[in-house]
Amino acid sequence: MSLRVVVVYPELLGTYGDGGNGRVLVHRARWRGIDAELLEAPADRRLPAGDLYCLGGGEDGPQLQAAESLRDDGTLAAAAAAGTPVLAVCAGYQIVGRSFPAADGRPLEGVGLLDVTTVKAPAPRAVGEILAEPLAQALAGLPTLTGFENHGGHTRLGPGVDPLARVVAGVGNGDGTEGAVAGRVVGTYLHGPVLARNPALADVLLGWASGAALAPLDDTEEEALREERLAAARRGRRAAAFRRRVEAWRR
Amino acid sequence: MNALALPPRARAAVLVTRGVNALSRHLGMGSGTVAGGHAGLAVDPELLAHLAAGRRVALVTGTNGKTTTTRLLAVAVEGALGPAATNATGSNMPQGHVTALATSPPGAAAVLEVDEGYVPGLVASLTPDVVVLLNLSRDQLDRTNEVRMVASRWRRALADAPRTVAVANADDPLVAWAAQVAARPVWVAAGLSWRADAVGCPACEGRIAFAEPPAAGWSCTCGFSRPAPDVWIEGEDLVTAGGRRTRLRLQLPGRFNRLNAAMAAAAAGALGVPADEAVARMGTVGEVAGRFALVTVGGSRARLMLAKNPAGWVELLDLVCPGHDPVVVGINARAADGRDPSWLWDVPFERLAGRFVVATGERCRDLAVRLRYAEVDHRAVPDPVAAVRLAAMRLGAGRRGAGTAGAPVDVMAVDGAPVDGAPVDGAPVDGAPVDVIGNYTAFHDLLSRAAGR
Ligand SMILES: [Zn+2]
Repeated sequence: MSLRVVVVYPELLGTYGDGGNGRVLVHRARWRGIDAELLEAPADRRLPAGDLYCLGGGEDGPQLQAAESLRDDGTLAAAAAAGTPVLAVCAGYQIVGRSFPAADGRPLEGVGLLDVTTVKAPAPRAVGEILAEPLAQALAGLPTLTGFENHGGHTRLGPGVDPLARVVAGVGNGDGTEGAVAGRVVGTYLHGPVLARNPALADVLLGWASGAALAPLDDTEEEALREERLAAARRGRRAAAFRRRVEAWRR
Repeated sequence: MNALALPPRARAAVLVTRGVNALSRHLGMGSGTVAGGHAGLAVDPELLAHLAAGRRVALVTGTNGKTTTTRLLAVAVEGALGPAATNATGSNMPQGHVTALATSPPGAAAVLEVDEGYVPGLVASLTPDVVVLLNLSRDQLDRTNEVRMVASRWRRALADAPRTVAVANADDPLVAWAAQVAARPVWVAAGLSWRADAVGCPACEGRIAFAEPPAAGWSCTCGFSRPAPDVWIEGEDLVTAGGRRTRLRLQLPGRFNRLNAAMAAAAAGALGVPADEAVARMGTVGEVAGRFALVTVGGSRARLMLAKNPAGWVELLDLVCPGHDPVVVGINARAADGRDPSWLWDVPFERLAGRFVVATGERCRDLAVRLRYAEVDHRAVPDPVAAVRLAAMRLGAGRRGAGTAGAPVDVMAVDGAPVDGAPVDGAPVDGAPVDVIGNYTAFHDLLSRAAGR
């Protein structure tokens, strides 16, 4: 039977090319001879059964609509409870938590897959390249994560989750950590999409979903992209540190 | 109206505009259109309204196609109304409009490209004869919410403009919603290449259902649906008021340019120019601000195309996709492009399968990974000139090797040929140019590196 990768509500949660995560997973499975299919699941229908679910970013209105639909539907929570892997990015990460902020800051109820709460961060939004070193036990040995973040939330982690990574450059959760992991549910602010820039993370999710040992792929092009983005983020971090020193010196 | 009829303050502002523009050109600070307009508006904030008084005015706006449609409309009306004042350099904010009007003969008709956000202000201050509303979708910088806000601002502006003819794209629900309240709408079946931003009904927040192409049409359960078009394209013909047919022959390639021409012809009609005359004049346009220009880059012939957002990419992929030849795709992520190239995953690059794609520009690595997952044969070559050269070599080799009907291209012979840099009139010569699509700064980089431009 083929591996079903479900992209959840692409019309509501697809702001930053996040549909790409589903495509990356399906191709990386097929290139290894694992039969896989991509299911784009619209919000006006019941969420189909899947072996791996991907949620992307979205704006305030669609984010709320997606959270309400997912809670009413119940499929995602049941699947996660049964150990099906879930990758939730940006607004998707916020809604799989306990609560997330409306446009006016009022807390809204999340889907509750992760023990995290997100509140509105003071302006400005976190926008830019982000680098983070994986921390979570389940992801031990993964190389540095690279992505682009664009969000206005600070996410507080409860005792039921581990941080996904430690921020090296960028903002992430807002407290020096980035993302959260519990069981096989992974939440992150990294888009880009995250799996295209971090194929090793894609393979962790695929390994969970397929239960198969995965043969290595030729990721030369991903490596070239990663090297370039890691260097760019480090340059950005040095420039920001320099600006801070100049500011401090002027005061 | 004559410049002397302007109030003294506006007259002074015109002199300041011209002076600052001349100075800015003289100092090599660019083409000299924004600085002067800025200075003129500082002297007289009402300057635009004064300058527009007594002219026929058409505004052209939308996410995609505004520069091309503005050019087509300006050319279309020139025969009947004389040379038009137009912001041909693409500075589509009030500073650019001031310069276009202040440097044109008094009373000349004005055909102005307008940034989507400035439409309400200009409709109120200029009371234009025509507003052309092409389409509305996301670009790299703004997302859907912003697009809906723009539509509702257009709607309010048009509700308060009883004299203005709104030439509006009936196939785009956001545009249709904005123009629905216009006193004098002219509906054009101008297509919609990107639906992702139009699925939410602007009238009721429900979902718009689209007919499957080639059928046109869309509707929502609330009753809001596609207005019956007054102007459309049928086969080779443009059909206008009363079912009148005119053969539409353009040099500009692609279905989307035919649709831009339909919008321009409808607007020209509203200004009193018959369709056959407008169409004949539009057929003389071979390139618009470098778009579709045939140039020579590093000794190789190339046709340059610009795509600024997912909808624009879909249009250009439609245009180049029937072929088999190599294509160059250039991606940058500077401020003007948007710093985040994740939109690459919204564009259906899968359509290039079967072609050899040279990925170039500052973010060619992002594109290379995208093409890998689209399973498109490709190579990343960061330098755009080297990228065009590689594609041209593959094009020449492919044509010779396959023994196709097209004349074989000897890349070495093209090198240093006398056409270097000069745009060549007319449609592409069979078998010669490489198709090059770039996003905003990647396109402009290549245009400036095309020798002699
Ligand atoms: Zn509706």
